[in-house]
Amino acid sequence: MSARNRELLGLIPASLLVTAGFAAVFIERGSVSQNQLSDLSLTYGAVFLGLCLAAHVFLRIALPYADPYLFPLVAVLACFGLVMIYRIDDTLARQQAQWFVVGLLLFAATVLFLRDYRKLEQYRYLIAAGSLVLLCLPRLPVIGAQVNGAYLGIRIPGVMVFQPTEFAKLGIVVFLASYLRDTRQVLVIGARRVLGVTIPPLKHFGPLLVIWGMAMLLLVVIRDLGSSLMFFGAFLALLYVATNRLSFVVIGLLLFAVGGWYLGTHVPHVMDRVDVWMDPLNPQRYPSEGFQIANSLFAQADGGLFGRGFGGAMLTTPFDKPLLPAAQTDLVYALIVNEVGLAGALAVLATYLLFVQRGFKVALLARDSFSTLLAVGLSAVFALQVFVIVGGVTNVIPLTGVTLPFISYGGSSILANFVLLALLLLVSDRARRPDERGAKALASPRAGARRARTRSALR
Amino acid sequence: MNVAIMRLFGAVVLLFLILVAWTSRWSVFEAQALRDNPLDKRPLFAALRVKRGAIRAADGTVLARSVRARRGDIWERDYPTGSLFGHPVGYANLIQGQLSGLERSRNDELSGTTSELNSIIDQLQGKRRAGNTVVTTLDPDAQRVATEQLSGQKGAIVALDPRSGAVKVLVSSPGYDPNVVRDQDKLAALNQDNANAPLFDRVTQGAYPPGSTFKVVTAAAALDSGEVTPDAPVLDGNTPRIVSGVPLRNDDGVSRGQIDLTEALTYSVNTAFAQLGERLGKPTMDDYMRRFGFYERPPLDYPKDQMVASGERGANGRLIPVTSPQVDVGRMAIGQDKLAVTPLQMAMVASAVANGGKLMKPHLTDKVVDPDGRTVKTVEPEEHSRPISEQTAAQLTQMMGRVVEEGTGTAVQLPGIDVAGKTGTAETNPAQDVTQPWFIAFAPADDPQIAIAVTVENTQNGFGGTVAAPMAREVLTSLLDG
Repeated sequence: MSARNRELLGLIPASLLVTAGFAAVFIERGSVSQNQLSDLSLTYGAVFLGLCLAAHVFLRIALPYADPYLFPLVAVLACFGLVMIYRIDDTLARQQAQWFVVGLLLFAATVLFLRDYRKLEQYRYLIAAGSLVLLCLPRLPVIGAQVNGAYLGIRIPGVMVFQPTEFAKLGIVVFLASYLRDTRQVLVIGARRVLGVTIPPLKHFGPLLVIWGMAMLLLVVIRDLGSSLMFFGAFLALLYVATNRLSFVVIGLLLFAVGGWYLGTHVPHVMDRVDVWMDPLNPQRYPSEGFQIANSLFAQADGGLFGRGFGGAMLTTPFDKPLLPAAQTDLVYALIVNEVGLAGALAVLATYLLFVQRGFKVALLARDSFSTLLAVGLSAVFALQVFVIVGGVTNVIPLTGVTLPFISYGGSSILANFVLLALLLLVSDRARRPDERGAKALASPRAGARRARTRSALR
Repeated sequence: MNVAIMRLFGAVVLLFLILVAWTSRWSVFEAQALRDNPLDKRPLFAALRVKRGAIRAADGTVLARSVRARRGDIWERDYPTGSLFGHPVGYANLIQGQLSGLERSRNDELSGTTSELNSIIDQLQGKRRAGNTVVTTLDPDAQRVATEQLSGQKGAIVALDPRSGAVKVLVSSPGYDPNVVRDQDKLAALNQDNANAPLFDRVTQGAYPPGSTFKVVTAAAALDSGEVTPDAPVLDGNTPRIVSGVPLRNDDGVSRGQIDLTEALTYSVNTAFAQLGERLGKPTMDDYMRRFGFYERPPLDYPKDQMVASGERGANGRLIPVTSPQVDVGRMAIGQDKLAVTPLQMAMVASAVANGGKLMKPHLTDKVVDPDGRTVKTVEPEEHSRPISEQTAAQLTQMMGRVVEEGTGTAVQLPGIDVAGKTGTAETNPAQDVTQPWFIAFAPADDPQIAIAVTVENTQNGFGGTVAAPMAREVLTSLLDG
């Protein structure tokens, strides 16, 4: 079966999920107001499926050899997220659906304009600088938006609060993949061994120290441990894959731990987060800083093994005060555990893990270092984002405001993650193209597809 | 690079396993502890959103119901009969976690937590969970009559059906209006009113000296153990008589010579009963008291900590057995000494005699009905114990009938209905003539339908026959007419 046909089959779970999910929400709401069960609401599901099919057809034409599972996995996550958000608020779900349309357009544009994504290497310093500027923008007056003490957003009046971290993570991965492709050999060859630990030459290690400094700076500037962890983690992952030296990772982790410890004990905002993390159910902090994480844990306990069903979780008090703050963004995972239980949450985590696994598979198949490192970086940063927010919600690490990719409500997150998907598919398509002549076959994808079929028939 | 990529994927899998472990920790392994955490208001809010079931009287009168709160998507409690049923029904203030009376003892049924299985089906049908209605055995007319009879005096009236144990009247005076309890300041004021103690349920918590009503227990022990027969003149009814080294007098000061048990009970002869108590001895008295339910909390469907056990109480308020050397069994036999007895316990004594020696478990709940009107639970009559034989019960009934016909209880006489009863006048402060009048009775004597106990605290020289008996008569009239 061809890759694209497998992809089409893979969309079936997504369609089942969106249908069953909306039906469940309707049943739950039926008790409150029968009239709300309108055809309009059901159309959302249909339109959404239509979009998935359109994207699939687009992939058939533009990237015939790309990995067949990445897109269906994203569709499953997005469908699930849409049902979750629809369950919280119809209006938010409508906006989310609109963001999906914009996201898919951006996805298509990325595929079309970055067909040769290796061009990105030429602009690596521009991309790195741009990403840093993006990250610092939220600290600027007027346009900066502070949320829970962290500077994560840029206000674009009337449209959205733009979250630069979402895009900066892509820029930084592109930069690191490109930079490490050039320097990975010198980092290893020029290294000396001191006390059994490989120390890279200072000349090349310098820039990496700069990146460590940048991660620390991020902690101070945007006051967000989660984002900082995400960037630095992606950096270490790339460094490890590029050099195959575990010692670099160990040194990096130690440096991060030292920096994190210093900031965690000296910067008041970070100190608060750490206190709440250490003792999330402290009654003194419960009404203020501790409210969010405590209720995240209470919501998960309320869900149990199988959850309370869509619409079964308590989001507000009887007096219309929020009980699970930011349920559609930061705490969406807590809501998932509450409504579909541990079982449903494990399914979501498994979906993410499968996505990451496909991402690494793309990296393994890639034929040049930049492509490999790019795929590794994108997959790693994606996995880390999931870890940072789910880990935050489950109190493995201090809770920070990062979105759950494709599920959380929010334009920036959807747009950036669709670009991430586009890049992975681009790398994948190049990697899985039958042979170099395939490049010529680009002009006529049908011919390429035919050749691919012949080849699989021969196997 | 491939090995490194595989190892990196291994690290990612490890990170995800941590997430799985922590999610399991909160949602399953430590879930119960989290749900029990008082900071988590979900259970409370869920309870507030459930329409708590109503509490009804036997005739259907609504005693407690749920109404929409003025603020918020919640229900709150309304008590249409106000203070009339304050004590038996109690109050439910979920926000403060305060529950009392039936609201507390029947909380599971009222809050609907017992119908979990139905709730899944109901949910699919779009129904919201609702609590069950509790139908009580209480009689509103008689309850009103009893409340009026006490007219604000401190005291208690409890009446029940001796055949089933169904409680018809439960009045503790002064009462309180459960509607005001929602207001924490007013609740505090009620709580601090030590002079009137309106929240104190005198029927189940008031431990008073039972006075001569206790002679029914002594007589029951004497007859049932075969110590005496009703008409054998073996008791010395002269006054005074030295009991435990201190002279004891008859209330009317009359020396009656050798008398039988019937005469001793009819005229409530203290000296004869004190002598009888001493002859029976402590172990026998202890045995018969326990058979009637003394020394244990009454088996009523009412919150445990709103009931106390009856019996001898030592200086520190603790229960002491009759066999203790501190007990003066002669004076105990006439209901004095350190006896502390609840009105409910005395009603149970009357009820056991009325029901041919069988003591039925008293209960306030008749049945539990679900929101669709189906009866999900019926409280069937249940035997608690058989303190005395049928023959003893019949003999006692006849003797108690004499008390009302010609003895101390003539004030309770009803036209056309034979009443069997026993008066009591406990001396709570002899120096100032402060007494606690009592009356226990059942009627009709030949086919008992109601057993009753009445007591009034601290009257100035009031007697059981003059203060308590007339009250009992009005309540009996109301119950037997209905």
